Amino acid sequence: MATSVIRKRKFNANEISTGTNAVINTIFWIYSALCVIPLLIVVAVSLSDEKTVTIEGYNIWPKKFSLGAYDFLLNDWKPIVHSYGVSIFVTVVGTIVALSIMTLYAYPISRRDFKHRGIFSFIVFFTILFNSGLVPFYLTYKQGLHLQNTMLVLMLPMFVQGFFVILIRTFFSGSIPPALIESAKIDGAGELRTFVRIVLPLSLPVLASVGLLCTLNYWNDWFLSLLFINQDGPMSIQFRMYKTLLDIAYLSSNSQAYSAIMQANPNFRMPSETARMAMAVVGIGPIIFIYPFFQRYFIQGLTVGAVKG
Amino acid sequence: MEMEQATPAVPAAIDKPARKAARAKTLNQGYWKRYGVFYLMMAPALIVLIVNNYIPMAGALIAFKQMTYASPSFIQNFMDSPWVGWGNFKYLFASSDAWVITRNTMAYNAAFIVLNTVIGVAMAIGLNVLRSRAQSKLHQTILFLPYFMSWIILSYLVYAFLNPDIGILNKFILPLFGAQPVDWYSDSKWWPLILPLVNTWKGIGYYAVIFLAAIVGIDNEYYEAAHMDGATKWRQIWTITVPLIRPVIVTMTLLQIGRIFYADFGLFFQVTRNAGALYDKTLVIDTYVYQGFLVSGDIGMSSAAGLYQAVIGFILVLTANLVVRRVSKDDALF
Repeated sequence: MATSVIRKRKFNANEISTGTNAVINTIFWIYSALCVIPLLIVVAVSLSDEKTVTIEGYNIWPKKFSLGAYDFLLNDWKPIVHSYGVSIFVTVVGTIVALSIMTLYAYPISRRDFKHRGIFSFIVFFTILFNSGLVPFYLTYKQGLHLQNTMLVLMLPMFVQGFFVILIRTFFSGSIPPALIESAKIDGAGELRTFVRIVLPLSLPVLASVGLLCTLNYWNDWFLSLLFINQDGPMSIQFRMYKTLLDIAYLSSNSQAYSAIMQANPNFRMPSETARMAMAVVGIGPIIFIYPFFQRYFIQGLTVGAVKG
Repeated sequence: MEMEQATPAVPAAIDKPARKAARAKTLNQGYWKRYGVFYLMMAPALIVLIVNNYIPMAGALIAFKQMTYASPSFIQNFMDSPWVGWGNFKYLFASSDAWVITRNTMAYNAAFIVLNTVIGVAMAIGLNVLRSRAQSKLHQTILFLPYFMSWIILSYLVYAFLNPDIGILNKFILPLFGAQPVDWYSDSKWWPLILPLVNTWKGIGYYAVIFLAAIVGIDNEYYEAAHMDGATKWRQIWTITVPLIRPVIVTMTLLQIGRIFYADFGLFFQVTRNAGALYDKTLVIDTYVYQGFLVSGDIGMSSAAGLYQAVIGFILVLTANLVVRRVSKDDALF
C-alpha cells in the first residue's frame, strides 16, 4: 500500500491545471514550513546566548550565537547519558518482548480450525472496548505488584495491546494461505515448527510495522513514568525532559550540584532558558534522525491498521 | 471397523458406551497433541492481560467502596473497605466538575474529529493531485513528522511560542499587530483555539496518510472515464474520490467516536502544563481523574469518574457501531 503511494504516474490530460497545481503546492510549502519552524526555534534558542534570550526573547535565528547551553549540559552529562540508557533499554527489551508475546497470541486465534479461537479473540478484543480506569490500574501495579521505580513497570503495561494483536491476527488469517499450513501438517511438521518455519518468515512486513509502532510507543512514553517513577527510580529521557521543563534543576541528578557551583562561583548564572531548549534538542534528536528511514514502515503499519479485519 | 462388525450383537451393545468413551479419549488426545501447544503460546500474553487488564477491571468496583489504606496490599484494602453504593457517584455529580469535564472532553473530541476528517481528506486529495510526485512525497514526509514526537516535545514547542515573558507570540508576533502580550498559561479563553490547533498539527499527518493510501487504491479508469465524459477535476473529487474512500472515512470516524469519552492525556496535561488557572477550559475526564487521585488523593471520587468514563465510553462505541451497522453493514467495525 505504502509503495503504491510513491508510485510514479504518467502525465495525462486529466491532471490539474498548472495554476491550480501552483496554488496547492504553495499551500503545502507553507504548511510544511509551519511543521518545521517550531523545531527550528527550539534549536535556535539552544544555540543562543542566555542573556540575549532573556532580554529579547526567543527567535527563529540566534541573535547572538553561543554554545553555552550545551557546554552547561556537558558539565553534568552523566544523568543525561543514564536517561538515554533507560530509554534505550526499555524501548529495545519492551519491543522485543511485546512483539513476541503478541505474535504468539495472535497466531492461534487466526487459525480457523482452532476450536477456542472465538473466546480467546474476545478476551483480547474486549480490552480495546472497555478499560478499567486509572485508579484500579495504578493500585494493581503499586499495591498489588509493588513495581514502582522499576524498569518493568515502564514495559509491562504495553506488552499486550489489543489493537496490535488484532492487526497481526488479521494479517495471519488474510495473508497466509491455509493450504500452506495444511501441507506442512501433511509433511509431519508440528504446530510450533510450522509457525516458526513457515508463518513467521511470511509475516515480516506486519511484524516490522507493529515492532516499529511499539518502538515509538516505548520511546515516547512518559505517562508510566509520571505514575510510577519518583527521583529514586529509572528516569527515561522523556521524563527528564518533562521534569526539566518544570524545573531546570532536573537537568542534573540532584540540585545540590548547583548549590556547589554557585558556592564556587557566585557570579555564575545558570543558562536556564537556553539549557532547557538544549535539553529538548538532545531529546528530539534521535527521532528526527531515525524517522526518515522508518517512515515507510510506519505508514505501512498504519494503513494496514485502518483496514478492518 | 471390520472388528466391530465381526463382534456379536449383544456384547457390542454393552461395550458401546465404553468404546465411545475410548474413541472420545483418543480424539481428545489427538486434539491436545495437535493444539495443546497453542495454549502454551497464548499463555504469556494471557497472563499479561489478566494482570494488566482484567484484575484492574474487577478492581473498578472500588468506585462503590470507601477505600482505606490500612494495609500495603491492594487486595487486603479492597476486602477491608466498606461498600458505599452510589455514594461516590452522588458526590461526583453533585459538584459542577462532572459537567465541566464531560463538556470539555466531548466538545474538544468532537472538534478534533471534524478537523481530522475534513483537513485530513482535503490534504490527502491535495497530495494526490499534485503533479510533482517528488514534492508530494516530501510534503508527506514533513507533515507526518510531528506525529512522531512525544507530547513532552510538543509541550516544549508550544512553550517556545507561549512563554509569557520571552515567547515568540508575546515578544515577536503580537507586537507586529500592536496587540498587548497575553499571559497564556493563566488566561483560559484562548485554549479552545490553541488545543485544536496543536492537536491537528500533531495528528493530521496520520489521517492524511491513511486517506491518501485509500485514494491511491482507487482504479484510475474511473477518473479516465469521467474525464472523457467531460467531468472537471473538482467534480471528479466529489463523485469519485470521496464516495470511494467513504468506508475508510467511516472507519476512522467510528474509531474516534468510540473514544470520544477518552481525552488525549498528553495534550491536556503536557501542552497546558497542567496550569490550574486554565482548568475551566482544559480539564477533561482523564486529567481530572489523575489530578483528583494522585494530587488530591480523593480516591472515591476519581474512581467513580473513571468508571463513569469507562461505562459511557463502552456504551458509545457499541452504539456508534450499531448505528453504522444499520446504515451500511460493511462499514461497521464488528
